[in-house]
Amino acid sequence: MWEYSDIVMDHFRNPRNVGKIENPDGTGTVGSLACGDALTLMFKLDENQRICDVKFQTFGCASAIASSSALTEMLAGKTVDEAEKLTNKDIAAFLGGLPDQKMHCSVMGREALEVAIHNYRTGESGIKHLDDHIICTCFGVSENEIRRIVTENSITNIEDVTNFCKAGGGCGMCQSDIQKIIDSVSSTRSLTPPSPAEQPRKALTNIQKIKLIEEVVEREIRPSLQKDGGDIELIDVVGNRVLIGFRGMCAGCQSSAFTKHDFIEAKLREFVSPEIIVVEEGE
Amino acid sequence: MNTIYLDNNATTCIAPEVREAMMPYFNERYGNPSSMHLFGGQIAKDIREAREKVAAFINADPSEIIFTSCGTESDNMAIHGCAEVLGNQARLITSRVEHPAVLGPCRHLRDKGHPLFEIPVDNLGQLDMDTYSAALKGDGKKLVSIMWANNETGVVFPIEKIAAMAKAAGAIIHTDAVQIAGKATIDVRKVPVDMLAISGHKIHAPKGIGCLYVRRGTRLRTFMIGGHQENGRRGGTENVAFIVALGVAVECAAAHQASEAQHLARLRDKLEQGLLATCPDARVNGDPLHRLPNTSNISFEFIEGEAILYHISDLGICASTGSACAAGSLEPSHVIRAMGVPFTAVHGSIRFSLSRYTTEAEIDYVLEKFPPVIKRLRDLSPFSKDSAPPIEL
Repeated sequence: MWEYSDIVMDHFRNPRNVGKIENPDGTGTVGSLACGDALTLMFKLDENQRICDVKFQTFGCASAIASSSALTEMLAGKTVDEAEKLTNKDIAAFLGGLPDQKMHCSVMGREALEVAIHNYRTGESGIKHLDDHIICTCFGVSENEIRRIVTENSITNIEDVTNFCKAGGGCGMCQSDIQKIIDSVSSTRSLTPPSPAEQPRKALTNIQKIKLIEEVVEREIRPSLQKDGGDIELIDVVGNRVLIGFRGMCAGCQSSAFTKHDFIEAKLREFVSPEIIVVEEGE
Repeated sequence: MNTIYLDNNATTCIAPEVREAMMPYFNERYGNPSSMHLFGGQIAKDIREAREKVAAFINADPSEIIFTSCGTESDNMAIHGCAEVLGNQARLITSRVEHPAVLGPCRHLRDKGHPLFEIPVDNLGQLDMDTYSAALKGDGKKLVSIMWANNETGVVFPIEKIAAMAKAAGAIIHTDAVQIAGKATIDVRKVPVDMLAISGHKIHAPKGIGCLYVRRGTRLRTFMIGGHQENGRRGGTENVAFIVALGVAVECAAAHQASEAQHLARLRDKLEQGLLATCPDARVNGDPLHRLPNTSNISFEFIEGEAILYHISDLGICASTGSACAAGSLEPSHVIRAMGVPFTAVHGSIRFSLSRYTTEAEIDYVLEKFPPVIKRLRDLSPFSKDSAPPIEL
């Protein structure tokens, strides 16, 4: 059995906003019986241009039903412009996470929303049409769609692409094309590294801060230490005090105090917060 | 909440008499049957008796039985062990609807250079005998591995004919008899197969025990090397408790078989006919005339199997599905697809499989609780007939 969160199971057992709307302002249908899941989403706007009614019908597994139901709850009260900003990640997060192999259910929700908004704005067909270059013919996934999923979810391997949009999960013939898309997205990613100076710094929650510290250690710090045969262990974070331990060649190295202050602390201050203080265990 | 267990083709409960027979081997009878002392040596006698029981179950000689850890090991042992003897030019012939324990090794050997023929089935799930006959033609060494009964649909192949054709063509034939065991008589004197695999946990023995029948004279390269056990054909200290359990399990199966088949078929038919009568747009997958008495595979159109399973699980009912979503893959059941079942029905296929412990009251409970689940999911589905979806099917 899948390890579904309680929220997923609640939305599966008691789906919200099931059905259809008479004369909806926007309608979007994605998926098919052959693919194994499909979703029709409809919404209606009130006089303030906010979504006042939203309904769905889903053919699919427990997490497909839960993702659709969650999406309808997330849309209520939003303007179309606000709704447009929702990503599949938002849907998965709302549900308390989805198993990797089920992430495509959240993508189906976002796709249906996109088609419904397109239908509202242009009056064009509320059925997803495949307008650009198809990469995966088994599941009808286009190059643009794969590119978008890879970018939005920072995907680096084919397996995750399959988990998120099914592409490559049928005959497997398109996997080399998918790899090319991943490579092309990741090359643009590394060309524009996030410049800390340009990013507006928001107040971080504790969890966000710890995650960011971990990321910076992995990306900016550990590789340099490992080059010299050393390593670092992140032990604890209390407020702005980051407790670390030196490992390998770094442990007992005479210049470890220098490494700690002028390298590790400097990096963490640059990427996380200027208030960071790095403390070595036992200090 | 009571558990209504209708997933017996996946695994079965351990029969009380089997459990009892095993227990001494977890306590005082822990000796090694290879030891040169009575404490261990007496255990060898228990294994011999179990081997005799298993041999009697399929009308074989005890020396033709190799105990293994499971059905999958038995299938691997048969296919790899025989292919190695025949050489890498040997042609492999199997069916499209085999269990992964057979399809996996066959495709592995294909990748290593063996020519492989996967024989298709018709829309009832029956083997295409013309293609099979054509695949057997020609010179060269051949290994056939075709199942006796299908685990997903319960379809029973005419194995006697299949084996006779293989022998006439000079091929070695192995059959996966994991699902048929206990549900119909197996007689290797009548059915000329060279090898035959059985799994314990499908016939009320524990998981972790199986056996392979190898007809005397069949050459088989040893698969598990490094021990004299099983006559040098499968190294490793014997799993005594489970071997004894398998002996008792086949004894029970043989004793119950005739009455059990009737009991199973009656309850299965009641369940199947009841569900078809109360759930519109449902169809049975498989060959109604040649089917295991305990298995019913029904497709409920326009809805998806995993969603059905989760809802009935909330009601205490256990079954399984051929839907892609439940398998963790994106491809629905290879068995159902090989039968040409339309896509509208593939994803909503549900398999019920009964056992000798299934009661009428349980079937009545399912007949009461199951149809509302189907209706509920169809009310959700954009494909339901009354829904008139904005999409072309």
